[in-house]
Parts: sequence; C-alpha cells; structure tokens
Amino acid sequence: MPLDDQTPGQKPGEARQFKVVGTRPLRPDGIDKVTGRARFGADMSAPGMLIGRVLRSPHAHARIRSIDASKAEALEGVKAVVTRADFGAGDDDVADILDNCMAGEKALYDGHAVAAVAATSAAIARKALKLIDVDYETLPHVVDVDAAMKPDAPVLHEGLSDETVPDGVSQNVVHRVEFGHGDVEAGFAKADKVLERSFKTAATHQGYIEPHACLATMGTDGIADLWVCTQGHYMVRNTCAAILGIDQGKLRVTASEIGGGFGGKTTVFLEPVALALSRKANRPVKMTMTREEVLRATGPTSSTSIDVKIGMNKDGKITAASADLRYQGGAYQGSPADMGSMTAFAPYDLENVKTVGWDVVTNRPKAAAYRAPGAPMAAFAVESVVDELAKGFGLDPLDVRLKNAAREGTKSSYGPTFPAIGLEATLQAAKDHPHWKAPLGPNQGRGVACGFWFNFGGDTCVSLNITPDGTVTLSEGNPDIGGSRASMSMMAAEELGIPYDQVRTVIADTGALGQNEVTDGSRVTFAVGLATIKAARNAKKVLCERAAMVWGIDPEAVEWADGCARPAGDNAGKFPPMSLKEIAAIASNTGGPVAGHFEVNAEGAGVSFATHMVDTEVDPETGAVKVVRYTVFQDAGKAVHPAYVEGQFQGGAVQGIGWALNEEYIYGEDGRLQNPGFLDYRIPVASDLPMIDTVILEIPNPGHPYGVRGVGETSIVPPLAAIANSVSEAAGVRMTDLPMSPPKVLAAIQNG
Amino acid sequence: MSQIHVTTKINGDTTEYLCDPEETLLDVLRDRLALTGAKEGCGTGDCGACSVTVDGRLVCSCLTLGAEADGCEIDTIEGMADGEKLHPLQQKFLEHAALQCGICTPGILVAAKSLLEKNPSPTEEEARYWLAGNLCRCTGYDKIIRAVMDAAEEMRRAS
Amino acid sequence: MIYEVPETVDSAVALLSGATGSARILAGGTDLLVQMKSGVVEPDLVVDIKRIDGMKSIAQEDGGWRIGAAVSGAEMGEHQALCAAWPGVVEAMELIGSTQVQGRATLAGNLCNASPAADSVPAMVAAGAVVRVAGPDGVRDIPVEEIPVKPGKTSLGKGEFVTSVFLPARPVNSGDAYLRFIPRTEMDIAVVGCGVSLTLDEAGTCTAARVGLGAVAATVLVVEDAAAALIGSKADDTALDKMAAAVSAACKPIDDKRGTVAFRTHVAGVLAKRAAKIALARAQG
Repeated sequence: MPLDDQTPGQKPGEARQFKVVGTRPLRPDGIDKVTGRARFGADMSAPGMLIGRVLRSPHAHARIRSIDASKAEALEGVKAVVTRADFGAGDDDVADILDNCMAGEKALYDGHAVAAVAATSAAIARKALKLIDVDYETLPHVVDVDAAMKPDAPVLHEGLSDETVPDGVSQNVVHRVEFGHGDVEAGFAKADKVLERSFKTAATHQGYIEPHACLATMGTDGIADLWVCTQGHYMVRNTCAAILGIDQGKLRVTASEIGGGFGGKTTVFLEPVALALSRKANRPVKMTMTREEVLRATGPTSSTSIDVKIGMNKDGKITAASADLRYQGGAYQGSPADMGSMTAFAPYDLENVKTVGWDVVTNRPKAAAYRAPGAPMAAFAVESVVDELAKGFGLDPLDVRLKNAAREGTKSSYGPTFPAIGLEATLQAAKDHPHWKAPLGPNQGRGVACGFWFNFGGDTCVSLNITPDGTVTLSEGNPDIGGSRASMSMMAAEELGIPYDQVRTVIADTGALGQNEVTDGSRVTFAVGLATIKAARNAKKVLCERAAMVWGIDPEAVEWADGCARPAGDNAGKFPPMSLKEIAAIASNTGGPVAGHFEVNAEGAGVSFATHMVDTEVDPETGAVKVVRYTVFQDAGKAVHPAYVEGQFQGGAVQGIGWALNEEYIYGEDGRLQNPGFLDYRIPVASDLPMIDTVILEIPNPGHPYGVRGVGETSIVPPLAAIANSVSEAAGVRMTDLPMSPPKVLAAIQNG
Repeated sequence: MSQIHVTTKINGDTTEYLCDPEETLLDVLRDRLALTGAKEGCGTGDCGACSVTVDGRLVCSCLTLGAEADGCEIDTIEGMADGEKLHPLQQKFLEHAALQCGICTPGILVAAKSLLEKNPSPTEEEARYWLAGNLCRCTGYDKIIRAVMDAAEEMRRAS
Repeated sequence: MIYEVPETVDSAVALLSGATGSARILAGGTDLLVQMKSGVVEPDLVVDIKRIDGMKSIAQEDGGWRIGAAVSGAEMGEHQALCAAWPGVVEAMELIGSTQVQGRATLAGNLCNASPAADSVPAMVAAGAVVRVAGPDGVRDIPVEEIPVKPGKTSLGKGEFVTSVFLPARPVNSGDAYLRFIPRTEMDIAVVGCGVSLTLDEAGTCTAARVGLGAVAATVLVVEDAAAALIGSKADDTALDKMAAAVSAACKPIDDKRGTVAFRTHVAGVLAKRAAKIALARAQG
C-alpha cells in the first residue's frame, strides 16, 4: 500500500492533484486578529504582577567601574533590582547572549543593558532607574566597519580573533571565511572587461511593529513559566535555562501571538532579565520595550563594505568573479559575513569564483538575523556590477543573467551542486512579463536583480491528534508569523482527505512537544509541513489498522483515500468505506485514541531564487525617488496558500525598498544612535508604494512530499540591487551607497 | 499623586475609571480596562497601532491623556464588530489575507473605518495617504489597500 | 504632575502664573506627550485649554480668520471657507504627521513647540499671521515670526499662552502655497519647508509677496530678498530664479540626520520656486 510518497491513483512522475493545498481559505487566527482579542506579548497579565524596566548605557563604550542600586532598592514599590552580579557565569555557549542581555565589565554600545528593576508600577520602575548610580569610565569607540578593521582601532574584546584572521588587522576582526573554486586571476585575464566597484550599506532594523515583551514567573525552586513574543519559544527555554542555571524541563515557555520578527526575535533580550527579577522578587514580572529600546538595543543587521570584481566577455559570459565582504555584527562575533559570502554569487554558474568574508565587531548592538541574513547586501553589490557590465556591452540584463544562470547540476559558488532549481524560470517569466516591455516615463529607470537563499529545515516535532468526534487538532512548536497555522491545517486536511475546517492547528508550549528549531530560515512551511504530512500519514496507518480490525482483514489490505479507509482492492473483501469520523467514534473500543506523531531533523529544504523588476522615478532637482512599479518573480516550489506566498513576496520586497531608499542607523560622533524612533528610522509607509505585483513559479522541491520550498526570506534579497539598478538608470549615475536617500542621490546627480 | 476620576463612553458603554494625570489613554485602555486591542508600537504617534476615535475623530491613543477623555465617546477595535457580525472591513481583511502577524491590524481597521465614514469612495491614493500613519511591516500594504477598496465598494453597494 | 482644565482664559493665565514648577499648555498634545514620554519634559502642571470658550472655533473677523488655539488640523481642513482663503496655510498644517495626528495637532501648538522645522510656521509667516497672546498683563497681538526665538524656546513670558492665530483678510488676486521636502511621502519632519504668498495687480504684476522658510536656520526665516525678487515682476522664470537664489542665499542650515547643508540650501530654492508657481496660479484664479 503506497502510503508514503504518492496518493492512490497517482502515477509515478505525474503531478499530484491537490484538493486543499493551493486554495485560499481564511486563516484560523483571523477573527481574533481583526477583533483585537488576539493576545500578543504585551497583552498578558498575572495577579500580583510587577513591571520591569531596564537601565541602559548612554555610552558607546565604557568600563563599568561600579553600580550602586541602594537608593533604587530603598524606593517604595521597588521589589527587585538586578545587575550582572545576579547572574551566574552561565554556559560558555550563551556567554555573549548573557553579556548582551546584561553588561558585565563593559558597556559595549549605546543602549546596552546595565541594570533592571521590578516595581509595583511602570512609573515607580522608571523613577527607580534614575536612582541607580553607574560609575562609567568612557572608552574610545568605533562604529564603522572599515574603521574597526584598522590596526589602531579601539578594541572591544582582547584576543577574540581566531586563527583565520591574518596579521595586520585589528583584533576587532573575529573571523575570516573564504569560498569558491577555479582560478579567478586566470578568469579575469580572459575577460573582455573587468569591472571592480566598492559598495556600502547602512545597518537596518527588522522594524517589527511589536516591541519585545514577556511575562515571567519564577520560584526559588527553579520552576518557571514564561509568556513571550518570540520566533522560537524552545530557543528561549534553552537559552534562558542555560543563562539562569536551571533545568530546561523546569521552564515552560508559551509563545504569544507575535507581532513580526523577521529574524529579530530569534534570540533573547528581556527574557532572562525578567526571570531573574521574578526569582528575586518572587512575583510575576512583565517587561516590555519601548520603541527606542528596540532600536538601540535589539537586532539590527550588519552595516557592510563590499568590493566586487567581475570579468565579462562581450557576449555577456562571466569569466571570473570575486568579492571581499566586510560585515560588522555589533559588539559580539557572529555577523552574517559568512552567509553573505556564500550567497553572493549563488545565482551564477561560474568557472572561477572566490569570496572572502570578514566578521568584525563594533560598538553597536549585536546584529540579529534579518530575513536572509547577510544576503541582500551581497546581492546588492554583485547584481550592481553585473548590471553595469551588461549595460556597458549594450546587452539585455535579463539575457546576461540567463546566460550565466545557475541550473540543475551547477556547482554553486559555496560548494554544493544544485538539484532542480527555479532561477531560469524566474528570469524567463520576467522576460515574458508585460512589465519588461512597458514604456518608461521621463526621469524613470528600470532595474532587475536576482537573489538566492538557502532555506533551512531543522528539528521539528508535530503531534496530530484525532478527537472522539473525528476532528483533528494539530500541535506544532513554531510561532506563526505569517499564516503557518493555516498552511499546516491545509496540509493535514489534504493528507487526511478531510475539509480544511476540520483541522485546528495550535502552537504548543514547550511542555507539550520535543525540541523545535526557531521559526527562521524560511523553514516552517517546509519542515513543519513535512512533519505534519508524515504525522498525518502515521495517523492514517493507525486508522487503517482500526478499520482492518473491524472488518477482520489484514491491515495491509486497507488503504486511505478521500478521508476514508477502504479495502485496497476486490481481493481484500467488500466493505463500505469507513470515514475518519466513524473510526474516531469507535476508537476507544478498537485500541484507544488515534494520533500521529513525527519528529525529525528535516533535511532537503530546497534552495530558492527570485528575480525582481522595479521602475523608479527620480526627481533630478531634489534626489527624491519614487517607486512606480514593482514585480516579484519567485519560485515557491509549491504554494500551499498562494495568498500568503504573495504576502511574503510583497513584504520582503517592501522591506527591501525601505533598506534601499531611506532606512539607516545614524550614529553621532559620540557613538550614540541618533534616530531611535519610527520618526527618523524611516520604514516605508502606505503612500510611498505602488501595488507589488507577484508571479509565483512552482518548481517542486524534491525534498518535500508536496514540493514545498521556503519563500519567506528570498524576497528581500534582490530588491536592494534591483532598486539601485533602476535608480542608477533614472539618475544617470551609478549608486553604490545605501540607502539612496535624497541627499545622496542629489549629490550623485550634481557630481555626475 | 492624586488620581483623576473620568467618565466616558467606550464602545457605547458608560465607563468610569481613575487614572494618573500623566497616564495616556492607551495605557488606560490596556492596563486599567483590559481593552488590549489597541497596541503600543512606538508611543510617539509614528505607527498608528494605538488608533482609536475620540468623539468620532481618529487619534493616536498614545498621544492622548486618559484624563482628556472625560465626557468623550471613545471607539476602539473591540467595538467594531456588531455582535457576531463582522464589520465589512474586518471581513475583507480576512478574505484578502490583508494581515500577516496582525499587530497593526486593529489600528489599521479603526483608521480605515474612519476613512470610509468620511469618504465612502476613496481613490487608492487617498486610502494610502489616509493610512500613511499606520505602519505595517509584513504586507507591503498591497493586500491592505485592496481590502479597504473592496470593503468600500461593498459598503457603497449595501447603502 | 497636576492636570487642570480651566474654562476661561483668565483662569488659565492664573494657573500658569501661579505655577511653582514647570507648566505646559495642552491643546493637541502631539508634541507635549512625545516629550513627556521621552522624559525631555516632566511638567509639574499641565493646563488643558480645550474647554475654554473660543479655543475650538474658526471665526471670521475683519475679513480674515481667527483660529482658536485648540483647533485641530483636521478641523481646519474641513473648513471650506478657510481653505479657500488661505490654502497654503491649511495645506501646511495638514502636512503635519498622520491622519491621527491631524485629529489633535494645532497651529498654535506647532508654533509654540518652536521647532525650526514646523510645517505651518513658514506658511503662516508668508500669510502675515498675527498671534494673540493672553497673559497676566492682558492680551497682546504679535507677528507670528516673533514667537519662536530658538529651537524649543518662544518669546512668551511666564503666565502667557497663545489663544488664537489670526490670518488677515486675503487681498484680491492673491494666492499662497506651502511645500516641504521629506524623504518619504508622509510622516517625516520637514528637511526644508517653504511658504510663499503673493498678490498681483490687474496686469498680473506682483505687488506684494512674503516668503517664509523652515528647517534651514534656528528659527523660521522671513526672506525679504526673495519677496523683493518677486515684487514688480510677473513672477516669470527669471524672477523665480532670482527668488530661488535669494532663498538659497538666506539659508543657514546644519548637517543633521535629516539632511545636509548643501542639500537643504539647494532644495530650499527648488521648493521656493515650485511653491511660488502654485501661489501664482492661485492668485491668477
């Protein structure tokens, strides 16, 4: 009985016909979210709850000589004050995370937490913060990546550089990586033209609208509960347990609804602090960040400085390509320079390619993941040079990309050989689209660019339980950011052959399932979907066994189709089909409740490619840029819920527009962040944008039963480059410095 | 610190509360009245997640003192549906998948309702400018604008 | 903090005059509450003036318009006669913040916040607005440009507050306009702002003009040379170029997170020209 990879009646090689997957049902969390009753991080309260607040360093770099909290502790209503002294040494692998949550010997950036209080009201907590005396010895600071690499730069951490770092650079350089194959120098020698350009990108923030928030309750026995907005509550459990020195099993973490993450909620900030305050006060403690705290102290991405060199023949063939990518990751190691280096040339089939990445620390908040971490900046630099070379030869930029496109069998620039991939399909769709041929108005330009993201799998647990009335509850362990509960219910319904509304998916707390990787790496629809399908198949196996028991035939002679157990053929005997509801109703008498489980470290995520096309208009007198038309072409493998796939494409494109045009971290001479608010950290608003058109390509991922690939991250990789190529054409001058804010564009136009 | 006694009507119901003089209407709604549908995204009037109407006028509740609401009528997202019947905007947001994470959704719905009360036939550009103070980081606004335009059309047909 | 809601101008003045600590006026609150949230301002007394008679009214007076200190931008935008008389001032006011901010923000508040980038102020300067101030010594009327003295500081004395803004009667064949530059299409603070008001004679020659500039100096600028470039001309391209050059020459901006000296200086001229063209078209009817 072919339960595993095919549906009954499906011939090998034939595309599967879906009934639920590919439709657009309403989301199960929808009514809660349009009526205001969905509970996000800050929406939970507890009896006897205290309010926690954090004191943050006003200095970019300072030694903390001492902290005197006695006056704060004496204030009426203050129930606990914690500093680094209240945390143990912690495990080595969380040392940086702990130090980022609560500074130790030094404050390493403007906004670094140095103390926290819990009080009976927010007003008292705020007042208490002002009563804490911190004696700082200010130190020289550095925030620019190139400056931080210089041998005489102020050093954040002595002795952090590893053996990959050559002599002659600052100790702020933590790690150097190299990828590639072939002989780039020989390749450049063969090129008709070699173009080398340098690029800069500013740090940007994920910009989720919901600030970090949590509610912690912890007793002196180490038993604790935490309600938190996070992309991964299992990660929160494990990290907090390690920091606080308690058993993972004693800390139960429940994920709230999450108001956006984009990678920025894949680590902890407030959570260990709230637990420590709760333990000390022996009362529940709620903590929320202000927007200013979010921008000063949580997850921006790296600012970068990148050199790209590409050799091309006049027919458009790339002979060799190299890049040097310098990423500052804030005050601790771990910038995504490695992923930038791996993704930079991934869209191309290259004989000779080399990338070198540098992980550099600076006096800025520790970089957190941001949607395809490291890739958009690398793509900006590479795709700009490809574009300039193509246009220099008078070639169609899409043709040049098609000519060099990675395809099945290409040895990628970062090592592996690609299986079936969708890059050519996106390029061809772009070439065939009316947008490509539409006329441009005055001062307008059109840009295209490609982007790549790996996509991840990882640890995943799913439990699918069938209720006595035959409806289905699916428990999974990944916070739902963009509609994954709907997608999981759809895949379970598809597999079981029942209507979508018969399945309810819930995000289980950490007490209910085994380990689950964070909602990141565009993994959820792929990995949790895969586990859901396999769990449903395990449940179907039990359902078939129960029917076989009733019919008195061999379980192997029963198959599952259209929501019913059926005899597999005439030889199996003639019995009317038994529906899921019928089997569920007698489950207690046939062996007990029916469930399906699946636990896996999912592999085979399937890489993803996109091509973006954008028209911009530049005001030559002011440098203002208006996005007038935008189309996304991306491979989704199989779009489970096409509306949510479109939403991911659109959201990524618009975050990319913000990054390209106006978003940036602006530091003053004093190393303090000058724009920690949505007023001057300028994310796109509705009136800035046109509709974002989408074209979904479906090149099935062989690693998923339905062909699904992750779609969430790839969509932010091409826009920086696509917009830069478009603006460069419209302005008549090559833009190499992001964001392309009006003063920069105007200066470029005026300087020719 | 002496508290201020305030009498208001919230979503049609007379409501009394005591608040501190510097407490915002948003804090009162969320922390004193358990109306957590309005969200604090910035606290500075830049994101619109806390949108409510005061005497029919769209405002940021984070930029309004709780004390100022005395004698006023306040409408929040919690009062938007009529019993089990969703407002057409709420229904269209579901149908168009106009929300992903949903944190901005209450504020955008309150703001969009205010738009359609003032202008039942907005152009796309008018809708985009009216909603420019409501930040959404997930959707790129495309599906939000489509949902608002579709709801406007349906409401025009029904009236 | 004490919150007071006086019902007369005199009681408001008495409260402000008697305050021992810092006192603030609350009308729309869109600046005050942000400053309180960030801790920049921790007032001991907040006086909410919205229940004082006249604060929420737009009234015709001597052919002009008196706008109460608590009238919101949204209310101004809904007042058709005011929009017809001084479209530039209303547009400037309506550019401030979001729809939500428009529901609360006021002309008087925008002025008294004393930000050099306040949108409504260059437009009011161009319009020749006069501000009525009540205080312990009675009531006085002051030209709008004399209110801000430096960023965050006004010329108002202790116990004084603005009760209304008066926009004078609009001469025939005249028009005003305000444009600002911001990086996005909405929600930003002006990087440069420019208000122009001009009057034509029957032959189409400019007989009077006022040009106000924002965000290019510590306070709003009244650019006499720019006005002089227009007066006596037909506001043709030559005159407009001369006016734009005068505007750029008057700029004394700074480099900051919102723009550079070079950018502000150049764009001020560009905007002045564009605003003058709109004002001209309005004057021509």
